[in-house]
Amino acid sequence: MTEVRDHLLSILVRDEPRVLTRITALFGRRGYNIKSLSVGSTEHPGVSRMTIVVSGDRGVVEQAIRQLEKLHDVIKIIDHSLEKYVDRELVLVKVAITPESRVEVRQIAEDFRSRIVDVGRHALTFEVTGDEGKITAFIEQMRPFGILETMRTGRIALTRGSNADIPAHVYHEGETQALQPTLEVQPREERARHVPNLF
Amino acid sequence: MADNGKQHAPHRGDMTGAKALWATLANHGISTVFGYPGGAIMPVYDALTFYPEVRHVLTRHEQGAAHAAEGWAKATGEIGVCMATSGPGATNLVTGLADAMLDSVPLLAITGNVASHLMGTDAFQEADITGITLPITKHNYVVRDVEELPRIVAEAIRIARSGRPGPVLVDIPKDIQLAAFHSEIPAPHARPEAPAPSPESIERALELLRGARKPVIMAGGGSLDASAEITALARAWDIPVITTLMGLGAFPSSDPLWLGMPGMHGSVAANRAISEADVLLGIGLRFDDRVTGRVNGFAPNAAIIHVELDAAEIGKIIRTHVPVRGDAKQAALLLTQGAEPTARPEWQAQIEEWKGRTVTPETYGAGYAVKAVVDRLRPDDILSSDVGQHQMLAAQLARFEKPRRWINSGGLGTMGFGLPAAIGAGMAEPGVRSVVIAGDGGFQMTAQELATLKMYDVRNVKICIINNSFLGMVRQWQELFHEKRYSEVWLGDSNPDFIKLADAYDVPGYRATTAEELPAAIDAWLSDPKSALLEVVVPHEHGVFPMVPAGAALFEMIETEPAKSPDLSAQMQDAAEEASEA
Repeated sequence: MTEVRDHLLSILVRDEPRVLTRITALFGRRGYNIKSLSVGSTEHPGVSRMTIVVSGDRGVVEQAIRQLEKLHDVIKIIDHSLEKYVDRELVLVKVAITPESRVEVRQIAEDFRSRIVDVGRHALTFEVTGDEGKITAFIEQMRPFGILETMRTGRIALTRGSNADIPAHVYHEGETQALQPTLEVQPREERARHVPNLF
Repeated sequence: MADNGKQHAPHRGDMTGAKALWATLANHGISTVFGYPGGAIMPVYDALTFYPEVRHVLTRHEQGAAHAAEGWAKATGEIGVCMATSGPGATNLVTGLADAMLDSVPLLAITGNVASHLMGTDAFQEADITGITLPITKHNYVVRDVEELPRIVAEAIRIARSGRPGPVLVDIPKDIQLAAFHSEIPAPHARPEAPAPSPESIERALELLRGARKPVIMAGGGSLDASAEITALARAWDIPVITTLMGLGAFPSSDPLWLGMPGMHGSVAANRAISEADVLLGIGLRFDDRVTGRVNGFAPNAAIIHVELDAAEIGKIIRTHVPVRGDAKQAALLLTQGAEPTARPEWQAQIEEWKGRTVTPETYGAGYAVKAVVDRLRPDDILSSDVGQHQMLAAQLARFEKPRRWINSGGLGTMGFGLPAAIGAGMAEPGVRSVVIAGDGGFQMTAQELATLKMYDVRNVKICIINNSFLGMVRQWQELFHEKRYSEVWLGDSNPDFIKLADAYDVPGYRATTAEELPAAIDAWLSDPKSALLEVVVPHEHGVFPMVPAGAALFEMIETEPAKSPDLSAQMQDAAEEASEA
């Protein structure tokens, strides 16, 4: 259908027991691949926000969204690939250091505006936030010195601009409108395919 | 049952969670609950004695309770309710819940659970039933606060009935059942209106239909409550109609426009029409793989219009050219208003030729027996089936003039479904004959529900067992696809005497073993004033045809049964003797 790529979804859910299981079980059962997932509370009590990165073609992502929209706990889903958005990820990276490499490692970290969050005798731990490209670049720069451990939070995203992703009244409505597919009808000649003459 | 608006007095002061549950169910017009008690739901059963307006039907297995509730729901279109205790009771409901999920049956399951402080400790008879049923329910709940109980039950009923219906489970820990309840019992939710299809989608659908030279309508289980509108639509446009296994009865079988059922065991006319159509209007269906066959060979020349309430079903399996999201009734009405009847003599002639290729079973066998039974049914009779060859034969051979007269397990294909479902349907409509056709295999999965028939003196359930001593459908597949290695499908040596079995439960039994005996046996069975059982002993080797092999396209169907296999009974007896000698 279309190319396989990463889609960033924000899913607003009721903060109820098992909601995370419901969402991930749906992805698992239907074979949608979660590349990253992060969950946190929102400005509205009782509402949590998940950012899920799912990879697949347009059809897979639309199907995933429609299946998610059927869940009672799901308030609203935003597919960020449809508009401009900002996204960030936070990562902790523990890099091995020697007396010789210490200064160079710190210099690279400074270039990335990374903060040192822990200092050990043989390692420094950095905190980096940024989009995926920046984090990947940072890790690649540090790799030659020896990366001992990393921990990434998973991506989070908000739509650009001053509108809230979710108008407050939506929190109280429950169901959302699913996307409508927009397949064009081809002319009949193009549609016609060979049917073996078994009749 | 319709909501009667009657409010149950809240019994302030002596109300417990258990009583609040019954009061809520009564408020919602729930008249019958199928269930089975046990340790963790005893307070609910105790409170039941204070609510005579709700009838509890004691089945002999929780699976029977779930299927009976499904039978009730499928016959009436209203919610079915089943109930079980924690742990093994709850897990015994699971098959019925999965069945209800796949067939979109509105079902409320109430389960007891161990006391809140024991949950999560692997306590006696504890199972994480909300975890277990998460993928096979529309939604489920654990009640954590007694004051929330009626609100949750009301919401569960709303969810089960609204949109595309389905099962909802409410799990109630024992301490919540016993806790004092002080709040009000809420009034039932108003039934939400189904969304109306967008005018643009209707306009695009009309455009396609106007240009169609070979149109066909396919109606599924989601169209049962739009039967009148769909019938008007088809007649107004003069378009032939196919009804799926779940949609049988959505369009009258006696109408010349009816083409039968599509799919694996569909009619020649239905499958050929789909393969040749240039416009296919699907209403209330989900393009199950048993309907489509090989997906890229399904309706290869057709533009697809898909009318469906559940947006996730649109485009899930089959590329949809015009999605019409919304209520089937409203969509059919709008499409009828724009009707422009067009003469399509070539299409009509082609269809008549295909319809002429209907296979009528002429020699005595399973198909012959099923036909003899269904030919004697009245339009009001409810026909249920179990799962297997007899089910497909009944679907092929029975004629339905109205919706909700055909009850079977479509999506899940649950053996053991038939008898309890027929009991549920028979109890929902006591004035109507509830006939069930079962096989010797499936019947034995829930045969203990004969006791439920006896206990409640249900008089309108007529059980027909087509006994070919085999798991016939599996045998048919082994014959076609596994070089006749009949692995573990022979039941003949170990089947009970079904007449004696029925007799043990005070159910009169009749038997036919030849074509000559059959008519009199059927008449005696159907005219018995009590619920009765008819065993029809048929030859072993009959298959169900037409058939589209799994993985094939609809136009690759096998229309008639291939050359007969050797005498199976002799083979099987030889094998049994060899085994006993070894």
